[in-house]
Amino acid sequence: MTVVTFDSGRITPAARPARAFTAATTVAARSVRKFVRTPQLLVISTITGAMFLLIFRYVFGGAIETGPVAYVTFMVPGYIVTSVLFTGSNASSSVAQDLEEGFTDRLRSLPVSRTAVLAGRVVAESALLALGLAATLAIGFAVGFRPEGTAVEAIAAFALVPVFGFAFMWMFVFVGLVAGNVQAAQGMSLLIFPLSFVSSAMVPVDSMPGWMQPIAENQPITVMVNAVRSLALGDPAMAGLSGTTAHYVTLSLLWAAGLVAVFAPLAVARFRKV
Amino acid sequence: MGTPIVEAKGLTRSFGKVQALAGLDLVAESGQVVAVLGPNGAGKTTFVRSVSTLVRPDGGELRVAGIDALRRPEQVRRVIGLAGQYAAVEPAMTGRENVTMVARLYGQTRRQARANTAVVLDQLGLTDAADRPVSTYSGGMRRRLDLGASLVGAPKLLLLDEPTTGLDPRSRNELWDAIRSMVAAGTDVLLTTQYLDEADQLAQRVVIVDKGRVIADGTPGELKSRAGRDVVEIRVHRPEDLSVVAGSLGRIGVEAPRVDAGTHRVTIPVAGGRAVIAEAIRALDALGVEVDDIGLRRPTLDEVFLTLTGSPIDGEAETVQSINSDQSDTSDADQPAAQAA
Repeated sequence: MTVVTFDSGRITPAARPARAFTAATTVAARSVRKFVRTPQLLVISTITGAMFLLIFRYVFGGAIETGPVAYVTFMVPGYIVTSVLFTGSNASSSVAQDLEEGFTDRLRSLPVSRTAVLAGRVVAESALLALGLAATLAIGFAVGFRPEGTAVEAIAAFALVPVFGFAFMWMFVFVGLVAGNVQAAQGMSLLIFPLSFVSSAMVPVDSMPGWMQPIAENQPITVMVNAVRSLALGDPAMAGLSGTTAHYVTLSLLWAAGLVAVFAPLAVARFRKV
Repeated sequence: MGTPIVEAKGLTRSFGKVQALAGLDLVAESGQVVAVLGPNGAGKTTFVRSVSTLVRPDGGELRVAGIDALRRPEQVRRVIGLAGQYAAVEPAMTGRENVTMVARLYGQTRRQARANTAVVLDQLGLTDAADRPVSTYSGGMRRRLDLGASLVGAPKLLLLDEPTTGLDPRSRNELWDAIRSMVAAGTDVLLTTQYLDEADQLAQRVVIVDKGRVIADGTPGELKSRAGRDVVEIRVHRPEDLSVVAGSLGRIGVEAPRVDAGTHRVTIPVAGGRAVIAEAIRALDALGVEVDDIGLRRPTLDEVFLTLTGSPIDGEAETVQSINSDQSDTSDADQPAAQAA
């Protein structure tokens, strides 16, 4: 490069600020491009997802008693729901990375709705999460998982998961904004381990010590797993559950709505301020 | 002159116990590059972040292009462009995609965004690399792209926070050229820097900030003559002669001589001009010291800063003692403040 000359007169300025929808899709497009063009992200998350699924299926599975259904059929619905946490927590790191690298400053210095910018991000990350879940589900099928209810129930089961993903995504984005740097975000995301394992995802809750059961029984992951599992098995009783499918589905959707109601305003407030 | 591009009155802002801005006053007229100069933790980043509406001051008044930045930050965002300390670009996207994205966020239609992106890339010499992923760009190219992204909205005021930190000299020169040509084209620029030569090179006006306040303000020339006396600078051949020279030539100066062991130099602020240098030469002759270079010159901004604050700017004007002492200590201590800012 030799001589640089800049003439701002050759730029046509915008007539008005960007609409919220444009802002959201523009920011979402960036997340999608980044994901698609960073194959290692996709490959690594799929491999780690598959690895744990296979470990549970073949290593721990034999020792876990799940009554009338095969362990693989019991576990895959639970595993898919916990994948929401494991895959979703990457979003915390990536939000924190944007903060560290000044990308967030750029966005916040622009004349766009900050809520729209954040919503675009959450929607894009949730869509990408759904893709990852589809890959994990395919592996589940490959190692013997078969839904036992109707096709409609099976579809409903796995349509619920991205909804949970969207709800948790607000939490992960909030965590990323609070953490402020990638290392802290990764540290905070370790907190999802108890949430995923002290639940009905991999083992029946009644196999846990008595004092732990009320916690495991009532936390959101268990509620969501119960909803997905009831639909996938066609009958909650098959999963050792006493309520109806409608009950679990309603409860899980309420949890999802609650997560959004709490974390979306927190994330937006934090994003406006950081 | 019209409305000042930036008008700050009594700006304050604290982060916990750290007071980053302690009543900062600054009026920047349109049509010039204003450099805010100061060491790490002086408050310059917080000031730029206040102007770019990323930080809300606790108190005081702030107008940007006549708009009240505390009451109407969203309007301020329409007239500014920000290029921060890091290149805020997405490495997985191409240069063109990055700039277009920002153009769209400024509210430009697809068509405008495409056209303006092409103009910016062309003018910053990035057309050839436009369709390559940014991950393949050099550090200097990334900064230029970042600059392009902040220009694509045709801002009235361009804010540059330490624009050349970490760049090699050649990339730095290229970026300086770009900044100069922007001002020639009518964009106002407010930049922060810790590099004195950068302020000297780019700015018509230099504002020196220390501990959250403006401590001096003027053209680079004015600042030099205000704080500065001319100095006699002697470079000795053997470092062991430094103390002898400083000791016996102190009497020709009006302030204590400064010794820089790293470059074998003694500088003595003087009042007399040419007569003094003749005296210095005679004295050195009498001492029998081998001298590589001797001269009378105007003070650098380093020395101005030293005179104004009593402490040198960050490692740039180190004296013998501070070379031996732990330098990392200073920069580490400043880090939390900079991050919080």
